[in-house]
Amino acid sequence: MAYLDFSKVGISFTRGGRTSEVLREVDLGVEKGQYVSIIGHSGCGKSTLLNIVAGLLRASTGGVLLEGREVNSPGPERAVVFQNHSLLPWLTVRENVALAVDKVFAGRKSSAERRDWIDANLALVNMTHAADKRPAEISGGMKQRVGIARALAMEPKVLLLDEPFGALDALTRAHLQDQVMEIHTRLGNTIMMITHDVDEAVLLSDRIVMMTNGPSATIGEVLEVPLARPRRRLDLVEDPIYGHARAAVLEFLYARHAAPALAA
Amino acid sequence: MSTTAARLPFAKSVASTSAAPLGPRLAGFARHLAAQVVPPAVVLIMILVIWEILCSRPGAGLPPPSRVLSDTWELIVHPFFDNGGTDKGLFWHISASLQRVALGYAIAAVVGIALGTLVGQSTWAMRGLDPIFQVLRTVPPLAWLPLALAAFRDGQPSAIFVIFITSVWPIIINTAVGIRNMPQDYRNVSAVLRLNGFEFFWKIMIPSAAPYIFTGLRIGIGLSWLAIVAAEMLIGGVGIGFFIWDAWNSSHISEIILALIYVGIIGFLLDRVVAAVAVYVTRGTSVQ
Repeated sequence: MAYLDFSKVGISFTRGGRTSEVLREVDLGVEKGQYVSIIGHSGCGKSTLLNIVAGLLRASTGGVLLEGREVNSPGPERAVVFQNHSLLPWLTVRENVALAVDKVFAGRKSSAERRDWIDANLALVNMTHAADKRPAEISGGMKQRVGIARALAMEPKVLLLDEPFGALDALTRAHLQDQVMEIHTRLGNTIMMITHDVDEAVLLSDRIVMMTNGPSATIGEVLEVPLARPRRRLDLVEDPIYGHARAAVLEFLYARHAAPALAA
Repeated sequence: MSTTAARLPFAKSVASTSAAPLGPRLAGFARHLAAQVVPPAVVLIMILVIWEILCSRPGAGLPPPSRVLSDTWELIVHPFFDNGGTDKGLFWHISASLQRVALGYAIAAVVGIALGTLVGQSTWAMRGLDPIFQVLRTVPPLAWLPLALAAFRDGQPSAIFVIFITSVWPIIINTAVGIRNMPQDYRNVSAVLRLNGFEFFWKIMIPSAAPYIFTGLRIGIGLSWLAIVAAEMLIGGVGIGFFIWDAWNSSHISEIILALIYVGIIGFLLDRVVAAVAVYVTRGTSVQ
């Protein structure tokens, strides 16, 4: 069995007497240390799938196993980086990370060790200089870096990224992607990322999971990206493997499973 | 025009604080102060002049400001005298009123935040309590006074009850709105961190709702100060409301005017104090 194992995951929502099936029979195995992206058009249920792994939603059918144990509630071993950073605005950058560290490592680390661990994680995302600023005083990219530091500081078994770079401008996004790649190389985390950006998926992932359109969305295809690491953005532009992977994802998204609005 | 002219050099001197010598900095500060103080002072003087002119005519119903000052000079310079009974200086009247407000308002803050949290958290509590709150909050404060007197059989607790019942509604309603408007993200964050109920309440819910809670607290303190004067007119004893009523009964119109000025200034200060606490507690994330 895989490290993170999805078996026949399905979820339906009932509202006002009408039941709509969002996901059906999602089967997937993610190995330890793998970087997996989930890509698909808006409304295909990719965020719903991530929320099931996070434990924020419960699957209606099937289930998710992490290291052989069923996921049925949220927890720090499956830390989430939310799309809109979700930092608490009344706390400083350091206090936001400290809230997580103090809760997760209460009783396991001394207060001095926790302080060092907070510093180490802020340093990892190059945010030491703004540790005493509040979220309102830093840029969108910096907020997202703090969100990543907060999630990494929980030492999660799986790091869940919900369109982490979606709200950022292209330059900031590229910079942050490089940072996440570097952290992944250094720490070897298992990462699952939601995205709708083809280049981002190919650049960062070991495997790209392509979702069909909803309702009743499921996995259409899984693409392996056999590019060597560390990957450098500039080198990949001319790389044939990169080009093929990119073409395959584009073909899936725009030829075979075009967005519902476009297909109609 | 003169305001901007006076402000600009100040802004400049702030930018170069470290380099600027003390003399120009002081001059800049003086100019800033003048820009803040001069306009209200001019308006105040104009009002006093018009009032003086209107009320100096023979047969005028109200005394002009000069008469008010000469009539009440003894009260202004001796706020601390105490001849026993209700014959006390204005300090003692105001302090008695403030104590009633402090007690009633403190109870209202605790009860209001607790009930507001309950209503904001639980859909069932909201469905059950909200209609009752919406009806009760429209009852004028003084309408509660006879009921309170019947229940407590004493003026002091009745006045405190009136303060409580006046200021509790905006605190409940704003707290409930604040809790209800808490972003789902914060719930998700605390779920991932596995915060327990107590930690969630103190570390997430209360800080998140704090700007709303303080809006309620500010409306509440204003309403309590409005209500205390009216309540004290009816229950008697020492207090600024009774002082005004007593002055009316003795036809000391100047004393009423002096008391009104004090009431206004203290109401303003109370509002500022709650606003300052809000800025301090919410660390500036609250709307001022």
